[in-house]
Amino acid sequence: MKTITYREAIREAMTEEMARDEHVVLIGEDVGCYGGCFTVTSGLIDRFGERQVIETPVSEEGLVGVAVGAAIMGMRPIVEIMYGDFSTLASDPLINHAAKTRFMSGGTQSVPLVYRTPMGSGTGAAAQHTQSLETLFTNIPGLIVLYPATPRDAKGLMKSAIRNNDPVIFLEHKNYGVQGPIPDGEHLIEIGKADIKRKGEDVTIITYGKTLFSVLSAAQTLEDDEISAEIIDLRSLRPLDTQTIFTSVQKTGKVVIVHEAPLFGGFSGEIAAAIVGDRETFASLKAPIQRIGGKEMPTPFNKYLESQIVPQVSDIVESVLSLFTLGV
Amino acid sequence: MAFTFDKEEGIKTLNLMMRSRIFEQKIEELFSVHKMHGTTHLAIGQEAVHAGIALAIDEKDWIVTTHRCHGHTLAKGASIEKMIAEFFGDKRGLSKGLGGSMHLIDMEHHNAGSSAVVASGVAIATGMALQLKRIGSDNIVVAFFGDGASNRGVIHEAMNMASIWNLPVLFLCEHNMYGMSSSADKMVSVSSIAERGSSYSILSESIDGNDVELVFDKVKSICAYMKTEHRPYLLETKTYRFSGHSKSDKFLYRTREEEKQWMKKDPITQFSNILISKGFISEQEIKAIEKAEKEHIDTVSEIYLHDHQELTLEEAMEYVYYKEEAVL
Repeated sequence: MKTITYREAIREAMTEEMARDEHVVLIGEDVGCYGGCFTVTSGLIDRFGERQVIETPVSEEGLVGVAVGAAIMGMRPIVEIMYGDFSTLASDPLINHAAKTRFMSGGTQSVPLVYRTPMGSGTGAAAQHTQSLETLFTNIPGLIVLYPATPRDAKGLMKSAIRNNDPVIFLEHKNYGVQGPIPDGEHLIEIGKADIKRKGEDVTIITYGKTLFSVLSAAQTLEDDEISAEIIDLRSLRPLDTQTIFTSVQKTGKVVIVHEAPLFGGFSGEIAAAIVGDRETFASLKAPIQRIGGKEMPTPFNKYLESQIVPQVSDIVESVLSLFTLGV
Repeated sequence: MAFTFDKEEGIKTLNLMMRSRIFEQKIEELFSVHKMHGTTHLAIGQEAVHAGIALAIDEKDWIVTTHRCHGHTLAKGASIEKMIAEFFGDKRGLSKGLGGSMHLIDMEHHNAGSSAVVASGVAIATGMALQLKRIGSDNIVVAFFGDGASNRGVIHEAMNMASIWNLPVLFLCEHNMYGMSSSADKMVSVSSIAERGSSYSILSESIDGNDVELVFDKVKSICAYMKTEHRPYLLETKTYRFSGHSKSDKFLYRTREEEKQWMKKDPITQFSNILISKGFISEQEIKAIEKAEKEHIDTVSEIYLHDHQELTLEEAMEYVYYKEEAVL
């Protein structure tokens, strides 16, 4: 067991897989000596050279299309797009092509591609560099959508994503310096499994990505009110581990769902729908499902305003407390 | 001295062009009487481009086509049976009936298939070339696109990348004068799309796409250039689709007079006359080829028209994500 940062965990996963298989190739803008926009790829060019680290022009649609074509021919590309917001530019090769290639070819083609990109606010980068666009991808059959929060999950899921034979959207949060323990040796995490980050009895808080840290903090505060919160970190949005959700909710009967993306049309709606759509889990509910998301507005540049658009620890605490003061 | 085919090559080439014409006429007929479902995009009149290129490149060279892909697919060697089965949505089709007329994919004959998002396939072809280069193959990829698609940004991104990385991509603009109903005269900033090659330091040329011997000869010498110089190339072939854009075209955007002028340049009639004038073939022999091809295509169509074998929905779902047992 050692402690490393989220950034190092992703880099370590890529390094190990690139060393294992020369067809694992990093493709992206400024991923060479610059080390990528958030320095996740630092040093990889020195170790693997230009054959395995390919720097591209500013051509998001083109470079992701190139990665799709290379994948059809046997490469296992890891594409870095420096901001998740630019997924709008890369959406054609991902949504119209990568996601449909296996199907439309009747299984004769395969696109083993990992699309890495950071999402979310908190960087003072204003409205075009701070969005949480996971739902661009979660409604697309053919894609896998992952969003790990901790170094341990980031490393294990990145390695599994690279070995997966389907296109994987690998979303990263920008708290790249957050530290955490990771196991020694080969470390893979099965795709599609949620993780209970905190055991609890009274309420289930479901989240993914950076808001996990706010939720953990809220759970600590709730201890003072003698409320024991169980925290589910989804890690994988598609496929969604509904079983872990159902088991927890059937135990607690109370649910709060938290994400940074705006609430309206957000992924929390899918989770809530899964819960109420399952007969036993629905029957176990003792209170309405609570959802907490980002404010319905583009991210403001102003630091004070930006900090307020995402779910606050106090929002989560209050939401949980409201479930216990409804007389249920 | 212009290149000419010898007798054997000439007859083989004419036969291939005729097969393509007869095949598409049959498809048109089946659609017009509602025996086929969906939509279709015919390339009647463009046969010299398809035959000339497919016969000039190496069997192991790859092609990436467009929504108007029947001619390329047939010329590259696909089975008529599997093509017609695909048109009927039959599970014995090239893509088990999951792709249809716009998505003919035939990996066995190094046809990586067609994107029906025009121009997107050009980036995919560029990525295929990237991986071919990485694995030390000396094969090339032909990326087909039309004059309409030539205006999409991704083609320009792909040409830039192919140039800076010295990739073996033959950008093949099949200029048939109209993008759906829009005339290239109104929509394209240059009189010859080949001119755009110079923006990317890519050598280019514009030729008569209705002269099969010229197309064949030009592509042969381009392949030799690409394989020795390790550079991409842009070839524009000027041709004309006698057929409409799709089955619902009412021909409101062009005159009957213009069509008549182009009919005089029908690639099949022109080439037949050349072969007849050389004494390589007689009119009776051409009629015999026509009869034999028609009989074969009619027979195959009858079989799949009356004997439908379809995937169940459950079976089709098996192709959304990778499955161990799926044949790749």
